Amino acid sequence: MSTTHGLIGKSVKRVEDRRFITGHGKYTDDIILPGQTYASFVRSPYAHAKILSVDTNAAASMPGVVAIFTGADVENVNGVPCGWQVNFKNGHHMKEPKHPLLVADKAKHVGDAIAIVIAESQAEAVDAAEAIVVEYEELPAIVDASKAVEDGAPQVHDSAPNNICFDWALGNPIEEVDAAIAASAHVTTLDFVNQRLVPNAIEPRAYNASYDQYNDKYTLYTSTQNPHLIRLLMCAFVLGIPEHRVRVVGPDVGGGFGSKIFHYTEEALLTWCTHKLRRPVKWTSTRSESFLLDAHGRDHITKADMGFDASGNITALRVKTYANLGAYLSTFASCVPSYLHGTLLQGLYTTPKINIDLVAVFTNTTAVDAYRGAGRPEATYLLERLLDLAAHEMNMDPAELRFKNFIPPFDGVTQPGYQTQVALQYDSGNYHGVLEKGLAMLGYEDFRKAQKEAANNGKLLGVGFSTYIEACGIAPSAVVGSLGARAGLYEVGHVRVQPSGKISVYTGAHSHGQGHETTFAQVVADKLGLPMEDVEIVHGDSEAVAFGMGTYGSRSLAVGGSAIIKSLEKVIEKGKKIAAHKFEANPEDVDFVEGRFVVKGTHHSAPFSDIALRAYVPHHYPAGLEPGLDFSSFYDPANFTYPFGCHIAVVEVDKETGKVQLTRFVAVDDVGNIINPMIVEGQIHGGVVQGVGQALFEGAEYDENGQLTNGSYMDYCMPRADDFPMIETASQVTPCPHNPLGVKGAGEAGCIGSTPAVVNAVIDALWSGGHKVKDIRMPLTSERVWRAMQQ
Amino acid sequence: MSIRINVTVNGVAFSHEVEPRLLLVNYLRDVLRLTGTHVGCDTSSCGACTIHVNGKATKSCTMLAVQADGCEITTIEGIAPSDDELHPLQEGFRECHGLQCGFCTPGMIMTAADILQNNPNPSEEEIRVGLEGNFCRCTGYHNIVKSVQYAAHKMKEVTV
Repeated sequence: MSTTHGLIGKSVKRVEDRRFITGHGKYTDDIILPGQTYASFVRSPYAHAKILSVDTNAAASMPGVVAIFTGADVENVNGVPCGWQVNFKNGHHMKEPKHPLLVADKAKHVGDAIAIVIAESQAEAVDAAEAIVVEYEELPAIVDASKAVEDGAPQVHDSAPNNICFDWALGNPIEEVDAAIAASAHVTTLDFVNQRLVPNAIEPRAYNASYDQYNDKYTLYTSTQNPHLIRLLMCAFVLGIPEHRVRVVGPDVGGGFGSKIFHYTEEALLTWCTHKLRRPVKWTSTRSESFLLDAHGRDHITKADMGFDASGNITALRVKTYANLGAYLSTFASCVPSYLHGTLLQGLYTTPKINIDLVAVFTNTTAVDAYRGAGRPEATYLLERLLDLAAHEMNMDPAELRFKNFIPPFDGVTQPGYQTQVALQYDSGNYHGVLEKGLAMLGYEDFRKAQKEAANNGKLLGVGFSTYIEACGIAPSAVVGSLGARAGLYEVGHVRVQPSGKISVYTGAHSHGQGHETTFAQVVADKLGLPMEDVEIVHGDSEAVAFGMGTYGSRSLAVGGSAIIKSLEKVIEKGKKIAAHKFEANPEDVDFVEGRFVVKGTHHSAPFSDIALRAYVPHHYPAGLEPGLDFSSFYDPANFTYPFGCHIAVVEVDKETGKVQLTRFVAVDDVGNIINPMIVEGQIHGGVVQGVGQALFEGAEYDENGQLTNGSYMDYCMPRADDFPMIETASQVTPCPHNPLGVKGAGEAGCIGSTPAVVNAVIDALWSGGHKVKDIRMPLTSERVWRAMQQ
Repeated sequence: MSIRINVTVNGVAFSHEVEPRLLLVNYLRDVLRLTGTHVGCDTSSCGACTIHVNGKATKSCTMLAVQADGCEITTIEGIAPSDDELHPLQEGFRECHGLQCGFCTPGMIMTAADILQNNPNPSEEEIRVGLEGNFCRCTGYHNIVKSVQYAAHKMKEVTV
């Protein structure tokens, strides 16, 4: 289809903004239903403890208490499932211990739910929960993934010996990789931690479940990124209730970043409770609960070796990683360190031999799952840290080292995709281009001069590079199916042309900040030659949208947008038939041009709205032509998309205190074609700040007893407005060759590229002052940087 | 035990019996059903609940409803001159893409209004320092700063 309206590529202001800037967004916690009750939980204060007794007697008679349920009440209810199966190297299935809705026998992390109290008001529920007496026998806890696998370590689940969920390997045979490393002229080795992060969407998770007994109908309002997926998992795997009796609504959602993909126990438990009570039950997480319960991200312990020949060509990469999964297997936890991490270790480089050996481990900590980038930031961090460190060690320029090792440009159309050593085939790329652009924006040569001058004056300036790639548009069912996904990951796009010619679009993608109501409307209005006001985008309600897989993995436009395009093609195809009927022409002779159906070579034409009306007011239709103009499509792409880019950080390090100041950040991202540059830039800004957050500020800290010692905003350092300079962004466009919009996805790019750039910049600053430091553990606090300088 | 309070919210007088432990934010959200003021934390850190109490930006989770007795309160729902108009900051946030998920936005706008009230010509750094008590996880603050600059410029035009 040709662009007819010029809306694609324009920074159109967002149509959803009006409700948000005036305070009229509708988030789950804003909803109060008739007969509303409120839930509060009793949660384990211990990371690992036997539950000896639960006494609810005093609480049950407190004012306003409607009901109390404990682990014993839900013993026969299934736990929440994992959606991705990974097998052990020996072919056995990964270990999947039950994740119960309430625990009856043993608490496995701080915050594990022991009882739920439901009351007439939130305050009464909290009061009664405090009156429940639980007797515990505290057990030794394990928090470190590499120690959890040792014999004699505390066992989180009896069914997972040595706390191993699975072990896994990918790439070239290890013997070949070992040999290539051994034969290398130089080997750069890094032992490091990619620390655990807390996602911290600013809207805490919230659920409101109700049951209409007279119509046998459940409704669950949930702060989710994928309402249909929640309905599927909850109905089919946990509660065993029929899907057509359950409506799941994800209304306005205040950020997700991965943490609202997963099916959480509270969603199923509240739905179970409302059926028992015949009253709506609502629960909104406190921030303290969010810290303990929302699935965390990252938490890898890794040793990596990268070999080089004498002229700096990479010869091999060997990776050994322990991935901490926490106490339970969250919805996509198993695929993050394996198929979203191991498969990205080719990076942008021609590395001929790669092997990753992974052990995924249970510990007495909060579950770990996908967090903005999910596996790809870990892979990028590993590669990009190795590259910059190798450049220091070999006394080479880090940009030159990258140019030397980049995969040459390929468009994926006239040149084939690039087959990696680790299962994926990249779609299209021009990796030299983004680094060249980044260096020009930075003014690289001038910076190096300034850095030398600064060093002579006792000041430490540093520059750090990161040239990343990610696999996005998470879908291709055939690919993810072969990798263990238990669901196909297509997307649904339904286009309903109203009789007046206005358009309602129902998408299975879900917007929680990404601006789908604008971007998707731009695409539809552009393709149909209509004003944007004539297009409405509906999402987030299982009753309105037939099906969907939701929003994560930078997939909404690449997969969900493509599904809408498929339906638009069907609309136009049928519109041509209706126009042909009107003008007594052959459908093959009808074109659709700038919003009008035109009979070729004649002056006959009809606007879209005229044909829309005729679709619903049919007269004398020929046999085989149905009334209506309403189409739904499932789009399942041929491949992932592969956005890439170059991030460059400039820092100043205070010699006396170790304080790091980020002074510049340059981001050149290639996310394929761009529909709305303003929204794409916004995604990059937000991602960059989150990624810098990991480098400089954030990190979940557990003590040896499994207590999260920084589980609040008083203790966990969130990135703030005054920590940052303006971010300098630019784009390069290498279209995706296999989807109709040529788009690749932009949601995670900023968070993937930025972290190693900042850490590399700090290390570079230290080297400029003669401190030959290999690694500083993130976050790079003043103390850690200062200590590194004292070595 | 309940205590009667009289407050003016967005120009409308209210009188309610409230529990002494009721937070002001819960009074606004649950009693008055003004749900534009959000709760993002339990330590008065995130700023999502920022409103104006007697003209000053205040985190409404740090105050009890009873402490607001006799106060003039403005929430995000009341900052625009009318239902059909936008405050320059609201306009700025839309024009400059200063919001994504929208959850922190009301608090950001209320804090920014306080910054501009005290300093009509803030530098970029003054804006950033002024917003450091408000968390945003979506925008990286970049476009929020631009939104405030837009509003400052716009408000100057109006006063000229």
